Parts: sequence; structure tokens; C-alpha cells
Amino acid sequence: MSENIGILFIVIVCGVLTFLLRFSFIAGARFLPKSPALQHLLRYVPPTVLAALIAPDILMHNGELALSLNNIRLWAALVALIAAYFTRHVLATIAAGMAALWLLQAAFT
Amino acid sequence: MRGLLFFFKRFVNPASDTAADRSPPLGARAELLAGIRAELPLQLGIVPFGLIFGVLGLAAGLPIWAIIAMSVIMLGGSSQMVFVQLWAVAAPFSVIGTTVGVVNLRHLLYSADMAPYLSSLSWRWKCLLSYLLTDEAYMVAARRFRDGPATPARHWYLLGTGLTLWTGWVSSTIVGVLVGRAIPESWSLEFSIPLTFIALLVLSVRRKSELCAAIAAGAAALALQSLPHKLWILAAAAIGMAVGLLVHRWSGEK
Repeated sequence: MSENIGILFIVIVCGVLTFLLRFSFIAGARFLPKSPALQHLLRYVPPTVLAALIAPDILMHNGELALSLNNIRLWAALVALIAAYFTRHVLATIAAGMAALWLLQAAFT
Repeated sequence: MRGLLFFFKRFVNPASDTAADRSPPLGARAELLAGIRAELPLQLGIVPFGLIFGVLGLAAGLPIWAIIAMSVIMLGGSSQMVFVQLWAVAAPFSVIGTTVGVVNLRHLLYSADMAPYLSSLSWRWKCLLSYLLTDEAYMVAARRFRDGPATPARHWYLLGTGLTLWTGWVSSTIVGVLVGRAIPESWSLEFSIPLTFIALLVLSVRRKSELCAAIAAGAAALALQSLPHKLWILAAAAIGMAVGLLVHRWSGEK
């Protein structure tokens, strides 16, 4: 029972923390300088955060850089990248990437 | 091939390109529906991740109710994964709280980016939209806010992407804890999240400076892996943003 209360407590703490991070500037918009330069800088948030999240998932394996041609995730990601570029379609990108991964796994493992 | 692509864009995925490409949606209802429609394709990536999260939560020894409560209360896939990994090795609460906070620091950037668009809303709206400001809901909505018309009801678009993400994430977590163990590991379903991010990345890069920013951020993320608590996410984003700005200045982009 006390363990359950402990779990609930830490989940709520993490939830409140996450909410506060998301709420921060939305709540305090008037403390953000209304400069076009800042607005411009924030344009780069989506591409940079996404690239930072993707790169280690695809190019690292067990904490080591995996740039070899045997890295099938790299090839599957490349297929997804090409699919995304030509279709500009989220469903097609995920489907192409998963299909490529499964084919490569079946062929090479 | 061209005909196939046209078919795709026209019928299968009319919401795939920016809102600006189409005639402007005006009312709250139209914005909400547009947001839902734009977020729906991402479910193919989010649902498998939710299933896996449910399975990993059970494997870490968390009770079913707690796994579902995490998806509702925290609503953040990568931080929930970190939580579960730390729980499995019996890390102290202080470590779990700190790590989750640092992993989620990137949401400060999303909050700063969305703030100007939401500044005139009531506190109730601000709280609701902040709660729903996940990676995927933000990434899709950011394009609409930036490129679409500045209509008074556009915050409904973010509500649409946020609620759609919420529904997919929470329901797939529930299914994951109930039947997820039946999924073979060889399916590699966790790969669906990087694939979703690849799709969003390609859609978010429209200029040379944005491409350079993304490449720099990706390289920096690899180089900075030794930073503790996944601090490299924020550090890499900062480096990428600086590179983007410099390229923008030098190349004289409009």
C-alpha cells in the first residue's frame, strides 16, 4: 500500500514538472522579449530538436557510434527519409521505414 | 509515379502539406478538425510506441494503474521510458524526478515558440494547451501557426493535434499493458518513433538554414552523448539553432 502511494507521488511530481516546463513561457509570455530575432531563432526549434532526437536512435548502437553498412536501422531510416521527401506524407514514411527494417532484418539476421 | 504522388496528396492525405497551401480554415470547428486530421497519420508511429511502453512498464514491475496514470499525468513518451528504466533498477525518487525534468527541458523551447500565438487566451486555455503540448502535437501545430493565416480561432488547431495525440497515446498504453506481451520483440516496434520524427523533420525543413541547423544538431547530439541525464538534447538543439541563424545571416535568406 505504501509503495502504491510512493509510485503515485513520484508520477504526480514528474507530471507537474513536465506541465510546468510546457506552461513556462506560455504562462509568462510577457517576460519574453517581443523581438523578431527571437521569433526567428525559434523557427529552428522543430528541425533541431527532431534531428537531435533522431540521430542517436539511428546512428548509435549500445552506446557506440554505428556508422557501418551493417547498421540496418541506418538503411531503414534512409528509406524513410526518401519516402518522406517524395511523398511528404507521415503514414507513407513510417510504413516505408518499418517495411524496410523488417525486410532487412529478414534478409540479414 | 507523378500521378501516384498526386493521388496521395489529393485524396489519401489532404492535410499533409502546410495549412497555408489550402484555403484558410476559419472557425473553431474547422481548425479543430484540421488539427485532428493533420495529427491522425502520426498515430501509426505513436500507437506502437504506446504498446511497447505498456509492456516495458509491466516488465519494470510497475502496477497496471500506475502505467496508465503515467500516460495520463506525464503525457511524454521519452520521459516515461526513462522513468520506467530507472524504476526497473530501483533508482531513488530524486534521481527519477531530476532525470525526467531534464529529459523534458526541450518543452521550454516549445513553450517559448507557442507563447506569442496563445498570449491572448484565457488561463484555462493556456493550462489545457500546455498540458497537451507534446512533441508530436507541437511539431504539427508549429507549422500551422507559422505558415497559416492568423485567425482568432487557430488555437483550436493545437487542441485538435493535442487531443488526437492524447487519445492515441493513452489508449495504446492501455492496450499495451493488457495484451502487449503478445508482441514479439523482433517486430522492433520501438523504431516507429524515430520514423515519425523523420517524417516531421522532413516536413519542418524548408530552407537551407533549417537543413544546416538540423544537420548540426544531429551531429552535436552524437558528439555530446556523454552529457548526463540526456542534457545533450537541449545542448544539441541550441548548437543547431545557432548554426541555423549563422547560415541564415551569411546566405542572405529571406
